[in-house]
Amino acid sequence: MPTTQQIEVRRGDVVVLVGTMKGAFLFRSGPDRRRFEMGGPYFPGHSVYAMAFDGRAGRRRVWAASSSMHWGSVLNHSDDFGANWTTPEVPTVQFPKEGGKSLASIWQICPGRADEPDVIYCGVEPAALFESRDGGKSFQLVEGLWQHPHREKWQPGGGGLCLHTIVPDPKQRGRMLVAISTGGVYRTDDAGRTWTARNKGVRAQFLPDKHPEFGQCVHKVARHPARPERLYLQNHWGLYRSDDAGDSWQDVARGVPSDFGFCMAVHPHDPETAYIVPLESDGFRCTPEGKLRVYRTRDGGGSWQPLIEGLPQRDAFETVLRDAMGTDEEESAGIYFGTRSGKLFGSRDGGDSWSALATGLPPVVCVRAART
Amino acid sequence: MTVTFHLAGFLRTFAGGAHEVSVDVPGATVGEALRALRERHPGVVSRVLDEQGAVRRHVNVFIGDRSIRDGAGLETTLRDREEISLLAAVSGG
Repeated sequence: MPTTQQIEVRRGDVVVLVGTMKGAFLFRSGPDRRRFEMGGPYFPGHSVYAMAFDGRAGRRRVWAASSSMHWGSVLNHSDDFGANWTTPEVPTVQFPKEGGKSLASIWQICPGRADEPDVIYCGVEPAALFESRDGGKSFQLVEGLWQHPHREKWQPGGGGLCLHTIVPDPKQRGRMLVAISTGGVYRTDDAGRTWTARNKGVRAQFLPDKHPEFGQCVHKVARHPARPERLYLQNHWGLYRSDDAGDSWQDVARGVPSDFGFCMAVHPHDPETAYIVPLESDGFRCTPEGKLRVYRTRDGGGSWQPLIEGLPQRDAFETVLRDAMGTDEEESAGIYFGTRSGKLFGSRDGGDSWSALATGLPPVVCVRAART
Repeated sequence: MTVTFHLAGFLRTFAGGAHEVSVDVPGATVGEALRALRERHPGVVSRVLDEQGAVRRHVNVFIGDRSIRDGAGLETTLRDREEISLLAAVSGG
């Protein structure tokens, strides 16, 4: 096994969490974010599709969902930035016996609201939502979604039938939105007891009925905490915005080379600003014209502009997957993304300019950032 | 009846580093032997079996040099002092 490089993270540092198909990595920098040093690989040989930083209630905890083709998936955590990991002897995220299903993989880790510091959610394959109310010591299947009558009709996408996006509403307790490929967007307003499909206006290009109630292949949904009713959605063909918490969606694909893509992030301080990386098509899931371009809107999707300074603009046929983009919360916002070819890019000026943090990682599938 | 499990490298993490573990089995099948092993090392068995009790798809269980997939699976019967290997299949990417 490879030697794992350790890093020492000081309070106030910025840390970028990077999950790859062959392990996890941590990148740390001082607040200026001029130079990052790398720690890892952690869980070498295991895929890490979901990571999260939990800074609630005085914690400085990194979560990482490692998955082995052989030995299954498990949720791990570290309170010292990778020097030591706690791996439960018996995995904490497991389906109940009576359902007959087994966990394939954990796709998303989402710490709950700030005033519920012991609540953590996990989205998994096969598509289901798990909730912990004891800080991650144990997880329970959210039965309201699991028993939904639509569930038997959800179909696996290219990555499997997974629940990959969890968006709790920070203001309206009990409201939460999830996204499933392929099932679409579902929202609860009663803390998970009942769920309603919220896909009005979202296209399903691959079905005879292009606007079904559910069955869309939603790739990512993002929102700003200060304006939770405003949502952005990157679809399997389609780029949308909602101003009513998902009740309806409007097409906002204006000025982009393609409305196909996976990742999406919202600026940490501006609900009008969002980021995507368009890909050419579902048949050729690479950046169009061999140019690696992040597109940014600053007017809520009214228009999109390419961001290219510091990004390769020749022979760059890259793919950025659904969770491989994240932001920090520094005053001059840091935006980070990783490619399937193992490159990690960062911007410390809200996307105006970029630099490579790493160029030889395994395929990047998850990027998150936080101040520690 | 006593059987001895031989553990693949990754599984030793959950058995205090042991390469092999002998257990007394109050029964005669591989499934019962794994239940006995679970009493001692739940972390090992939860990597070999999923939460529904099935052997994970890319894990192989051998009795001597015979895969239980060629026998009766977890119902395959054992003899006293049999040796069971828990191994990763040749798969990956």
